[in-house]
Amino acid sequence: MFAILEVIEARKSFTMHLQGGVCLPAVAGVNFLVHAGECVALIGPSGSGKSSILKMIFGSYRCDEGSIVLRHADTTTDIAASEPRRILALRRDTIAYVSQFLRAVPRVSALDVVAEPLVASGFDRETARARAGIMLQRLNIPERLWPIPPATFSGGEQQRVNIARGFLPVMPLLLLDEPTASLDAGNCDVVVALIAEKKRQGVAVVAIVHDADVRDAIADRVVDVAAFAAAA
Amino acid sequence: MTTLNCERPLLAAEGLSKMYGRIIGCRDVSFELYEGEVLAVVGESGSGKSTLLQLLSAQLEPSAGRVVYTMRDGVARDLAKLGEAEQRFLFRTDWGYVHQDPTLGLRMAVSAGANVGERLMAVGWRHYGRIRGAATEWLDRVEIDRDRIDDVPRTYSGGMRQRLQIARNLVTRPRLVFMDEPTGGLDVSVQARLLDLLRGLVFDLGLAVVIVTHDLAVARLLSHRIIVMKGGEVIETGLTDQVLDDPREAYTQLLVSSVLPA
Repeated sequence: MFAILEVIEARKSFTMHLQGGVCLPAVAGVNFLVHAGECVALIGPSGSGKSSILKMIFGSYRCDEGSIVLRHADTTTDIAASEPRRILALRRDTIAYVSQFLRAVPRVSALDVVAEPLVASGFDRETARARAGIMLQRLNIPERLWPIPPATFSGGEQQRVNIARGFLPVMPLLLLDEPTASLDAGNCDVVVALIAEKKRQGVAVVAIVHDADVRDAIADRVVDVAAFAAAA
Repeated sequence: MTTLNCERPLLAAEGLSKMYGRIIGCRDVSFELYEGEVLAVVGESGSGKSTLLQLLSAQLEPSAGRVVYTMRDGVARDLAKLGEAEQRFLFRTDWGYVHQDPTLGLRMAVSAGANVGERLMAVGWRHYGRIRGAATEWLDRVEIDRDRIDDVPRTYSGGMRQRLQIARNLVTRPRLVFMDEPTGGLDVSVQARLLDLLRGLVFDLGLAVVIVTHDLAVARLLSHRIIVMKGGEVIETGLTDQVLDDPREAYTQLLVSSVLPA
C-alpha cells in the first residue's frame, strides 16, 4: 500500500476585503495521509474546516501554504502548486468529488448529469448512459426520472444523482462531503456498500460524515480537524 | 471530446496593451488558451473586457504586446504579421465571433438558410443541395424549426436570432470562438435555453472559447477558467470555481457577493 494522497502542513485563511480586511483563519498545519484502498473520515464540529480541506484537495480552494501531494500512475503532483490546466486534467481522470449539494444545470437530464464525467474521460455517450442507468438504479432513482433535469427533484433524490455522478467513474481518489446527509436508511446502506466496493478497487477515500453509524461502517481511520483549527 | 492536453497553446496573449490616447483600454494582459478550453473574461462595464476581445480577434491593433495563434498547420503566428488572405481564412473558417447584438453578426435581409450557408460558400462549398442540407442540420442543432429556413432573421425573436448567429458561426467547425456577452439583452428564460445550448455545443465540438460576460452565472456554467478585469488590468485569474468560491481580490469578492441568490 502506498499513499495516494499526502497533505503536508497545509494552511488556509480567508481575507475578507469587504469586512475591513479581517483575516479568518480556516485551518493550519494540516497533515495526513490516505493510502490506496483506505477510507479516512474527517471529523470535527461544524465550521472547523472539514469542507475547506476537501475543497483544497479538489483544487477549488487555494492553499496559502503547504502541499497537497497526489501520487498516481507514476506521477506526483502538488495540487497546491498546480496550474489550472493540470487540476482540470486531474479532475478528469484522478479525483472524483461528491459535493454536499448537486449544482443542477438546467435542461440536462439526470441520466446525462451522471454520464457526463465518463463522457469527459473518453467514453462514448451510449456506453456512458448505459452505465449511468445502472448506477441510478442501484441508488433507487426510478427510470421515469432519468430523462428529467434534477432541478425539480427532492433533496434526497438530488443527492443520490450527485452520488451516482461521483461514484460512476473509477478514479484513484474519491472525496465525499456528507454524501448520506439527506438519505434514508436504505439508501445509506447502498452508499456504504458503494464505498466498500471503491475501497476493494484500491480507491483512496476521504469522507466527511456526521452520522456515526455510517462513519463506523466506512472509515478505517479518523482525522480530527479540530486539531488543525486550533493551530490556525 | 474535450482535449485539454495539447502541448502548444491555441492562442496566447503576450503583454497586450491598448491605449486610447491617455486612456487605458487594457494594460499588460498575458494568458494562454488551449484547445477545448473555455475562458471567461469578467468585470464591470469599462473594465477593458471588450477591448481585450477585439485585440485577441485582430479587430484592434495593440499599442504594445502581441497575440500568437497556432494555425491549423501547427505553426504559431503573430496575428499582426498575417497576410490579408490568412486573416480572412481565420475569420471565415477557423474562428467564430458571436456578438451581443445578433444584428451585427447576421445579415438581416437574407434568409436564415443563406445566413448559415454563406459561411460555407466562403470556404468553397458550391453544391446548393449540400449547403441547404448543412444549414437545415444546423437549424436543428440550435433548435430553430426547419420551416423557418427561408424566413429572414427580422421575423425572428431575439433568442432565435442569437441561436441563428451561433449556427452561422459554428457551421464551418471553427477551433476558436469569441463571444461578447452572448446572453446579454435576452429574457431570463431565453438566456437559460441559450446557455444550455451553448454549453452542449462547446462540449460536443471541443471548442476553445473566449467569452466576455458580466454575468458570473454564465461564467460558472460555461467556463473552465476566469480572468477578472478592472480598470483595464487583469487582477485575478484561476479555475472558475477557485475564483468564484475562493475570490482573493477585494473587487472579485465584491463581484461575487453582489449576486442576488434566486
